[in-house]
Amino acid sequence: MSHKVVIPIGPYHPLQEEPEFFRLYVEGEKVVDIDIVIGYMHRGIEELSEHKHYDQVAFLVERICGICSTSHPFAYVNAVEDLGKIQVPERALYIRTIIAELERIHSHLLWLGLAGHFIGYNTVWMWAWRYREPVLDLFETISGNRNHYAMMKVGGVRRDIRDEDIPIIRKTLDELTSATEMFKGAVMDDPVIQWRLKGVGILTRQQALEWSAVGPTARASGINIDVRRDDPYGAYDRVKWNVIIQKEGDIFAKTVVRILELFESISIIRQCLDAMPKGPIDADVQEIPPGEGIGRVEAPRGECFHYVRSDGTNRPVRHKIRAPSYMNVATNKVAAPGGTISDAALTLAAVDPCYCCTERTAVIERPSEKKIMNGWDLIEKSRQKTKHFLITRGK
Amino acid sequence: MSIKINILTKSLWAYHAATSPCNNCDIEILDVFTPRHDVERFGIVLAGSVRHADVLVVTGVPNFKTKERLKKLYAQAARPCFVVAVGGCACGRIMFRDSYNSPCAVDEVIPVDVYIPGCPPKPEAIIAGIVKLIDKIKGKK
Repeated sequence: MSHKVVIPIGPYHPLQEEPEFFRLYVEGEKVVDIDIVIGYMHRGIEELSEHKHYDQVAFLVERICGICSTSHPFAYVNAVEDLGKIQVPERALYIRTIIAELERIHSHLLWLGLAGHFIGYNTVWMWAWRYREPVLDLFETISGNRNHYAMMKVGGVRRDIRDEDIPIIRKTLDELTSATEMFKGAVMDDPVIQWRLKGVGILTRQQALEWSAVGPTARASGINIDVRRDDPYGAYDRVKWNVIIQKEGDIFAKTVVRILELFESISIIRQCLDAMPKGPIDADVQEIPPGEGIGRVEAPRGECFHYVRSDGTNRPVRHKIRAPSYMNVATNKVAAPGGTISDAALTLAAVDPCYCCTERTAVIERPSEKKIMNGWDLIEKSRQKTKHFLITRGK
Repeated sequence: MSIKINILTKSLWAYHAATSPCNNCDIEILDVFTPRHDVERFGIVLAGSVRHADVLVVTGVPNFKTKERLKKLYAQAARPCFVVAVGGCACGRIMFRDSYNSPCAVDEVIPVDVYIPGCPPKPEAIIAGIVKLIDKIKGKK
């Protein structure tokens, strides 16, 4: 009988961008179980956001994650607009959509590059990140910063897309289309990548449903889910595009979904640039009434959910954030076992995990005798005391 | 300046420690190694382990969990080990100053040689910071 060995990955590991800790339980080369320990990236953003006013929170939630740094503010402003029944000008909706789709392009290219790096195919990494640079330049042209664009604001957007920038955006999109075509051929038809990624880290449709996977992870397992279509926000109900679905559920399917989504994003941005009306870019928001609201956004990694409750003051009373990686990271528990150790790291990376989005809570282990008790522990304690009395007093 | 230190300035190996950042500085650090900026032509390489590294690049504001790890990483590094704090969080905790889970800035845990502020700093700023570090190692002001 083989012996079960624990292999630690992390918290600081050359493969990982972020500190997180995995315990791989292996028998020989085969992974039989996996434990995920997170909490290294917790910064208490939900609590901080309850001490800032509505305009400041948009900047704070942007700092949840550097890769989806428009998805969180987008979901937050959707939540506040739902709460205050605020009408957003048409032009602002289009600008928001353009920014969100540009972000999806840069995030997917980033993941593609990292995936190439993980399988030891650094050419893909360098290519993908090279073609990602023009997208960041676009962000710099539009908003002034390469990342953390600060475009979202309750009631509209902070900056307009100027008319003289639109030809630059179109030109970059044209270059990006040809680069993505090249990429599609180079990655999807490459025999080495196919051998390496096909049939690895399979998440079946049933498992994806059971573990509530979202975004490209779910769509690669054949689940037809996309917030942009199911619950339209921004200008997504005014443009035509397709939801990309693959059936296999392996890492190759996840790669294909992301590459094909690049084309859909480019098409959405083009349609938005054509249809964008003239007009104001923000509504005049006087005060936020008491109540509660939710905002959902399809971030590059899946559904990003924000809940905001207000009591009529200028600060949210409660701000709940659920990031897509929170569900997707947990699917590793079923996707990684069964594979080999060399595939495990790739499987962990295939859901495009973003731990700084995920970690909304932290458990800190300190050397102390104190034990945190739940209700059942208390009842058990009470019963023990009764038993103790019965024995000591001889009843 | 000893021969060893002089050689260091020709090829700095960097180890990247993320202590609860928002990922953005980390991406910009990786960006510095990709074709547009490509600092590998200056001999700067990302090392897999802190024991192989000359520079510890720290991003993010340390929390209770990563603070201890950062201390350990610095203790494990071969001397001399230079520390570069990248991003506003690492330099001065910016908007996480009031958070219950960010007890200190990076320079309260380990000594920092170069600060690169920005949210996130542009790749050009990171390269400029590394140039300043090399000047500092050489003893220039």
